[in-house]
Amino acid sequence: MKNKDKKSTRRSFLKAGVAIAGGVAATSLLKPFNGVVLATEMPEGEGPWYGLAIDIEKCIGCGTCASSCKLENPVPPEPFYFRNWVEQYTVKNDGTVKVESPNGGIGGFKQTVPEEEIFKSFFVPKLCNQCDKSPCTQVCPVGAAFETPDGVNLVDKSYCIGCGYCIQACPYGCRYMHPTEHVVDKCTLCYHRIKEGLLPVCFAACPTHARIFGDMRDPDGELVQFIKNHTCRLLKPHLNTSPKLYYNALEEEVR
Amino acid sequence: MEHHFQRLYEALSQVQGYIYPNEVELYWSVLIVQYPYITGLVAGAFILASLERVFNVKVLRPTYHLALLTALAFLLVAVMPLVSHLGKPFRAFEIMMTPNPNSAMAIFGFVYIWYLMVVLLLEIWFDYRRDMILWLQKAKGLKRFMYQVLTLGSRDISPKALRFDEKAGYVITVIGIPSAFLLHGYVGFIFGSIKANPWWSTVLMPVIFLFSAMVSGIALVMFLYMVVSWIRKVKIDIKVLDTIGKFLLYILIMDFSLEALDQIHRIYEAEESFEILSLLVNGKLYISLFIFQIFMGTIIPLITLGVFQFYKPAEKIRRACYAAISMLVLFGIFYMRWNVVIGGQLFSKSFYGFTIYKGQLIGAEGYLMAWFWFLIPFAILAFLLWLLPPWKKVEELDESSGKED
Repeated sequence: MKNKDKKSTRRSFLKAGVAIAGGVAATSLLKPFNGVVLATEMPEGEGPWYGLAIDIEKCIGCGTCASSCKLENPVPPEPFYFRNWVEQYTVKNDGTVKVESPNGGIGGFKQTVPEEEIFKSFFVPKLCNQCDKSPCTQVCPVGAAFETPDGVNLVDKSYCIGCGYCIQACPYGCRYMHPTEHVVDKCTLCYHRIKEGLLPVCFAACPTHARIFGDMRDPDGELVQFIKNHTCRLLKPHLNTSPKLYYNALEEEVR
Repeated sequence: MEHHFQRLYEALSQVQGYIYPNEVELYWSVLIVQYPYITGLVAGAFILASLERVFNVKVLRPTYHLALLTALAFLLVAVMPLVSHLGKPFRAFEIMMTPNPNSAMAIFGFVYIWYLMVVLLLEIWFDYRRDMILWLQKAKGLKRFMYQVLTLGSRDISPKALRFDEKAGYVITVIGIPSAFLLHGYVGFIFGSIKANPWWSTVLMPVIFLFSAMVSGIALVMFLYMVVSWIRKVKIDIKVLDTIGKFLLYILIMDFSLEALDQIHRIYEAEESFEILSLLVNGKLYISLFIFQIFMGTIIPLITLGVFQFYKPAEKIRRACYAAISMLVLFGIFYMRWNVVIGGQLFSKSFYGFTIYKGQLIGAEGYLMAWFWFLIPFAILAFLLWLLPPWKKVEELDESSGKED
């Protein structure tokens, strides 16, 4: 009697085991494991899905990107409102880091650290990272912050209530409250230009071609090729915002 | 506008280290400090009221209705600092019309309406229905008209109807306790869920907000009980104060432990943001955190209330101490909100520097406005106490319960 019981338990155990193993195998066939190639998982769909890259090695800190943005877009001229800006990092010999961005880099930079104290120095242009899992669109209480099907994070200014929650949620400081419109403003990736087949103005204005704009769905395009051929990093990857802005030669001091 | 830019230029000149250029302006001002503060007072006052009702703490009977009316007075105003802070206040209703289900903030409207309509108004209505019907018969003029409207045409004061009132009130209180927890825990979540901000982003935030809410609400009712008794020239029941003081002590210990746990955890883990937060706490927040919030708002009340559990000085001294403690706690919790809301925006998300908060006296986001929204609830409460005086109610309740017996 006891033996029979044991047998039947063993049999049912084996049966269940085979069923589970089979189930796992079958499901994995249905949806094979996707190795993470890019930092973000591309959504299904057709048409372009825009991303950007910045080659820090090529940036000379002229600030043309920041100034051209203010000329092209309705960004207030005061030095508190920027859709994009350039930061100058200077790592000193003692290991301390000095970061500056006078007027967002418009008009260029002067090195304020004496040369003999400098370990290394470089420029980092910043703009909206066009995150795929953007915390700013997540928190907007009315859905005025949204992502277009082609992967651009925008603000519907006719709908924004001006609560500023998205400003708090953006880890990169890319949003501001427009002082006269009283709604949130941010980089649109010059949506009015890219829909006409033009480059965003800061990409077009960069004299050293340090900025690359393109379609992440196009494997032969300049952007994907750039990401493929360079060691690119993202800003604050631990926050899992899936930025679509890739930096070549990004140093760990940059935040 | 010129004035606005002028202030920003001043702030820019006082920036320490490096901040992102868009971070010079601090967007959530003293009004957003006010919002969790006032909401917390509501939740806390309500929880004190429910103590009496659900857990049958009889001694607190004299503060029951006062606590409920206080909660209502403050809840009516709770959204005003928020709305007046919006860039587009007239679009505020969009939060209700087209809420984004992914947004922590979008649900506030619904939590608020639920709490106001389903919990507080219903509970107070069932609680006062019989009294309003009785008062209606004697009242004249405006008061009569208001009772007529507020009773919603109900005139039944049969024992059966009264039993139903009692039952309904009890059920609503039972629903109300988790709702009060929800209301304020939720306000904590609005801050705690912002992963971009390491000063806010902690899973403990809703719990800390909840306990600090209870602390502030209990202190407020304690304070108001003394003030109202003083205005009415009736003797303050020291037993009531002792009991409230005991609850205040317990909750204060829990609140302080939770906040200490949060800070110890930060210090021990010492993540990427540790250096900047350490500079923040020991620099810009030093006075508002260590002196105002911790020393004045927590340590002194804790010690005093703790001593009272073992040694009770004369009634007069105790009364004075309770008055002082309640004000200190209210002051301390205000600065707790301040340290969270303003403190969280003082450091740059680049972790390389600080901006400053330059408050204004006047204007839509000024201190006067903040004071205005803090004082309005007291005016509303005065009106509510005139319309629905708990002390008149208590006497009648005793009479009728005597008759029923």
